[in-house]
This record gives sequence, structure tokens and C-alpha cells, in this order.
Amino acid sequence: MSETEQRGKPPPGETPMVRFDGVTKAFGELVVLDKFDLAVPKGEKLAVIGPSGSGKSTLLRVLMTLETISGGVVEVGGEPLWHMERGGRLVAANEAHLRKMRAKIGMVFQHFNLFPHMSALRNVTKAPIHVLGLDKAEAVERGEALLRQVGLADKMDSKPAQLSGGQQQRVAIARALAMRPEVILFDEVTSALDPELVGEVLTVIRDLAHEQDLTMLIVTHQMGFANEICDRVCFLEGGQLVEEGPPEQIFKEPQQQRTRDFLKAVLEV
Amino acid sequence: MVDFLKYLPTLLEATVMTVEITVLGFPLAVAIAMLAGTGRLARSRLIRTVTRFYVEIFRGAPALLILFWGYYALPHFGVTLNALTVAVLGLGLNAGAYGSEVVRSALLAVPKGQHEAATALNFAPRQRLTRIILPQALIMMMPPFGNLAIEFLKSTSLVSLITITELTSRAVQLNNVFFRPMEIFLLVMIIYFVLALVMTAAIRTIEARLNRSMGREGRLS
Amino acid sequence: MIWDWDYAWEILPRLGEAAVVTIQATIGGYFLALIGGLVLALMRRSPIRALAWPAAGLVEFVRSTPLLVQLFFLFFGLPELGIRLSPFETGVVGLGLHFSTYTSEVYRAGIDGVPRGQWEAAKALNFSTYRRYRAVVLPQAIPPIVPVLGNYLLTMFKDSTLLSAIAVRELLQAAKIMGSDNFQYMEPLTIIGAFFIVMSVVSATGISWLERKLKPRRSA
Repeated sequence: MSETEQRGKPPPGETPMVRFDGVTKAFGELVVLDKFDLAVPKGEKLAVIGPSGSGKSTLLRVLMTLETISGGVVEVGGEPLWHMERGGRLVAANEAHLRKMRAKIGMVFQHFNLFPHMSALRNVTKAPIHVLGLDKAEAVERGEALLRQVGLADKMDSKPAQLSGGQQQRVAIARALAMRPEVILFDEVTSALDPELVGEVLTVIRDLAHEQDLTMLIVTHQMGFANEICDRVCFLEGGQLVEEGPPEQIFKEPQQQRTRDFLKAVLEV
Repeated sequence: MVDFLKYLPTLLEATVMTVEITVLGFPLAVAIAMLAGTGRLARSRLIRTVTRFYVEIFRGAPALLILFWGYYALPHFGVTLNALTVAVLGLGLNAGAYGSEVVRSALLAVPKGQHEAATALNFAPRQRLTRIILPQALIMMMPPFGNLAIEFLKSTSLVSLITITELTSRAVQLNNVFFRPMEIFLLVMIIYFVLALVMTAAIRTIEARLNRSMGREGRLS
Repeated sequence: MIWDWDYAWEILPRLGEAAVVTIQATIGGYFLALIGGLVLALMRRSPIRALAWPAAGLVEFVRSTPLLVQLFFLFFGLPELGIRLSPFETGVVGLGLHFSTYTSEVYRAGIDGVPRGQWEAAKALNFSTYRRYRAVVLPQAIPPIVPVLGNYLLTMFKDSTLLSAIAVRELLQAAKIMGSDNFQYMEPLTIIGAFFIVMSVVSATGISWLERKLKPRRSA
């Protein structure tokens, strides 16, 4: 197998938690993901880096079913996401299938997207109650525990407008975790925060990284952080996977020129 | 000048009908607006088209024409409604059409991120609408609905032309007896003005309450 | 279907004549509203309290009270003051007055929308108040509000039906007369209804087009 084909393949024998197989995504003329291949084993903490427009966010959004794909197959836990198996063939997935698959994935957004008309606790318990069918007491117990975990025990009844950006983002993380996803996606979750608030969010994510079974895909510009907690780093450019490997390799000895150029530009700051 | 006040009791008596039509018709208009506003954004093309037709017809036709049509033309189709019903339905459907645009704009104004967060949490489409999007849209709808309420109040004056005795028709009647148009009609305008102030105050209170429930001080706009 | 096509065809010419009156009344009233609105808006912005307060009061009062009552007020009241206007003229004045309070708010919004820096530049160049408005403020205030002003033309067009209450021979009045003649209301009313609805849809498209054309081309 050539090196290009080697990239993105999981250790043989294990079903990857997430798999992109020749995935293409185009917005009209603009191709954002270009025959993308990637396999993410279960429990991996994967950093996704690259210049803007490289397709990193689109990668996550496709996985979260917020964007459709133009070609290829996406698999979660061995099952196709945007397709269904019908009589041995793959057909386009219907809403019911998408909902079933979506339950395995959670996402934290750059702009938090907390529900402004609900308190922090209700933000966290709303979906477990109405989507997972938990009864209120159970959901509240789970929600309170999660908010304590992210360090917001005293802010449970606060509304988003009363919270700082860092606090809001931590609520957003708790909210995503409350759904007990198998894969959690972080889409540049500190990019919209004032610098002094970034640390508190990274702390929460760092602690989360200790959970063995949780697969995490983290799109970020925080290279130091990616280096510290991630098992593997992917560098994207122009909708393609240019290079991937352990942090030591990517950050210290990048193999591809494009990777080197990007890191040089970023770390120059 | 004290003459002025002798018209007051009889005018106020007629005002009751004005208030009655408003209290019956405006909530109806709001309900229709909610249905039509969400209908315009429905997935089903049929619902979208039907709603679009409703809005264009009842917005495009003048309110007075709708009233006349309901009162004089409808009987030809075998449906004879009494004047009050025509008034409440006619004005309600008319205001509802305008209101539906308010609802539609407010729904569209809720940030896309909210839809995405709701999708990410795997809410079903209907849940997304009723639990996440609509409550936020509600706040944005208040100021325009406040204006719509005042417009509705003013439109009740039109029913005087389909034989209902409310404030405006009583004023015309009085004028035919006493021939003091400036005083009578000025007094009538003052009564409408006061009613409008009361309605505005009521709407502001509801708006303030909604804003508080979002954890925000002061007005949204 | 009890629709009488022959009758419908027969009444079209008379409706056509009435439509002319409707259009004339609307345009006359609109003209008044455009001018009156600007005057009121400028008065409200005036530092002279004796101008600003009455203007504000008038605008709030007239906006909050029904057009129909105002029409009756003028129709029955002006003769008492010795002012003898025809029903048509009274209608135009009534429409114009009522809607100038609305357009004044639109003008205000447009003027408020002109960036502060423009006012300051005009002051720095020592423009007179007149010159300031004429050369700097109004040319920037007006284009963004043209679509909204256009919308009021449509609104006035529909409200011209109220003039039937003061015996102006516009469309609705014509329908009423035809209807009471032979008790056939359905055809005239429906034809007029369709007419207004079509005008409304066409204008809305026209106004959207206008909105797009007038989108301020600002440098990023």
C-alpha cells in the first residue's frame, strides 16, 4: 500500500468508531471535502488542524448530520450514517435512520448555541428528557452532576445571558455530554472566547480526555493543547488529508511541506 | 366646552362594542397568525402554498372590502353571517394575514446556531420548533404585534359601515342629532387614543415579562 | 356557481371609471403624505420646542386614531369652519394628513440612519442648516427608506376604500351603488377584491426589486 493509501487506516481487525470513505462535499462549484479518507478508532482523541477553508469544520458538520455529503460513505460504529442498507445495497438514509445514528454523536459549537430562554440546568436536561425520555428527576441528577463536573455547580439556575463566554461553553459541553454520546465533536470551541477564558474550557476538555471510551474529534488552533492531550493529529488543506500522525511527529517533524508551511505560519505568532 | 362631556356616557356605552370586537378578534388574529406564520415555513409544499394564498388574499384585499364582501356577497353562496361574526372573522383574518408575516420573520430571525444545537441534541423537528425556536421567536414578535393590536383597534371603526353600532357609528348618530362634529369626533378620537394607550401598556407588560424569562433586563429592540 | 358573467362584463366600464377616482385620490393623498411627513419629521427634530412638541403630539395622536373618524371629522367639521371642500378633496386631505404621520416616522428613521460623522463634516464645513439637509443628510437618508415609503403607497391605495364612507365615487362606493341597485353585490365586490389583491402582489414584487436596487453599496 502506498503511503497515501496508508493514511487514515485503522489498526487492522478493529472496526473504527468513525470512518470517512472517499467522502466528497461540494457547495455548488466549491469542493470542500475531496475524496476524504479517515478512520478514527474507538476512544481516540483526534486533533484536526488546518487553515480556514480546509474543510475541518465541514468534516465535523457532516458527521453531526448538519451537512449532507455529495459522495462517498461515512460510517459511525461500523454503520453507514448518510446511507441505509436495503437489500444489500446502500440507499440514502431517511430521517428515522439519521435520528438513530445521531444519538451516538454530540457536538460543541464555536458560538456555544445555548438556548437563551432556559437556565444552565434546563439547557442540560432538556434533551435528555424530551429526546432520551429520561424522567425529570433522573435528568436533573445527571445534569447537576455534569455541571458540577465542569465547575459550574453554583450557576445551575443562571441564564446564558448572565454567564461569561467560558462559562457558557462549559455548559455547552455538559449539555452535549448529558446525551451520553459515543463520539463528541469540538468545533473550534475556544476561538470565540476572550483569551483569559480559554483556559477554563481547555481544562474541562483535558479532564474529559481521560475517559477511555469516549472518541473525541477536536478542531482547534490551540496547538499546544492538541499536542498535550491528543493521540493523533490530522492536518487538512483544500479538503484533503495532507498528513496525520502522533503529535510528536506532526508538530516536531512534519513530513509534508504543506504541513511545515502551515505550522510555521501559525506558530510564528 | 362643558357640553363636550354630555356626549361621553352614550359614546362610552358604544365603546363597549368596540372593546368587545377587539377582545374577540385580536386573539383570533394572533392564533391565525401563528398557524399561518409557521405554515409558510412548513416542509409540505401544499401547506406552504395554501398558507401563501391565504396571506396574499387577506392582506391584499382592503379590510373594508373584506367586511363588505362577508356581509353582502357571502349570502349569495348560501352563508349568511350576522354582522358581528363578519366583523370578528373579517378583521381577524385580515390582521392574521399581516401577523403571519411577523411570525414568519421572527422565526427566520432565530440564529441558525439554535437550529444546529437542537439538531445536534437529536430533537425531533417538531420539538425543535416548539421547544427551542418558537419561544425565542416569541420575544421578537412582541413589538410588531403591539403595533398590530393598535391597528386592529382602529380597524374596528370600519364595522360601523356594516351596520354595527360601536363607537364610530354612535358618533355619526350623535352628530346627526346635535350637529357638533368637531367636538363629537374629537372626543371620539380621544377615547380611541386612551384605548390605544391601555393596549400598548398591556403589551409592554407582556414583553417585559418575556424578557425577564430570558434573563435579560430592558427591552429587546 | 351563481356568478353572472354577463353582469360582471357589464359593470366593468363603471368600475373602470371608479378605479380612476381611486387612483387619483390615492396619488393626491400620497403626495400630501410625502411632503407633510417630511415637514413633520423636520419639525420634530427642530431644537425649537414650540415646533417639536406639537409635531410630536400631532403625530402620536393621529397615528393612534382611526382614519375613518378623521375623515368624518374633516367631512362634517370643515364646513363649520367655513371651509367648503368636495368629498373628493376632503378624502385626499384626510388620507394625506393621516399618512403623513406615518411617513414622518419613516423619514425620521432614515435621517437617524445617517452616520453621525456626516453631520459633523457638514458642520465643520460650516454649512447652513438648509444646505446641510439638502446636500448631505437627505440624499443619504432617503434611498434606504424608499421601499418603505413605496409600501405606504400600497397601504393608502387600500385605505382609499374608506372614502366611500364620505360619498367619494371610488371603487367601493361604486360597488355599493351597483349592489344596492339590483342586489347583486357579489360580482362587483369580488372583481374589486381581485383587483386589489393583484395590485398588492404586483407592488410587493416591485418593492422587493426596488429594495435590491437601492441596497446601499458600501465599501466593506
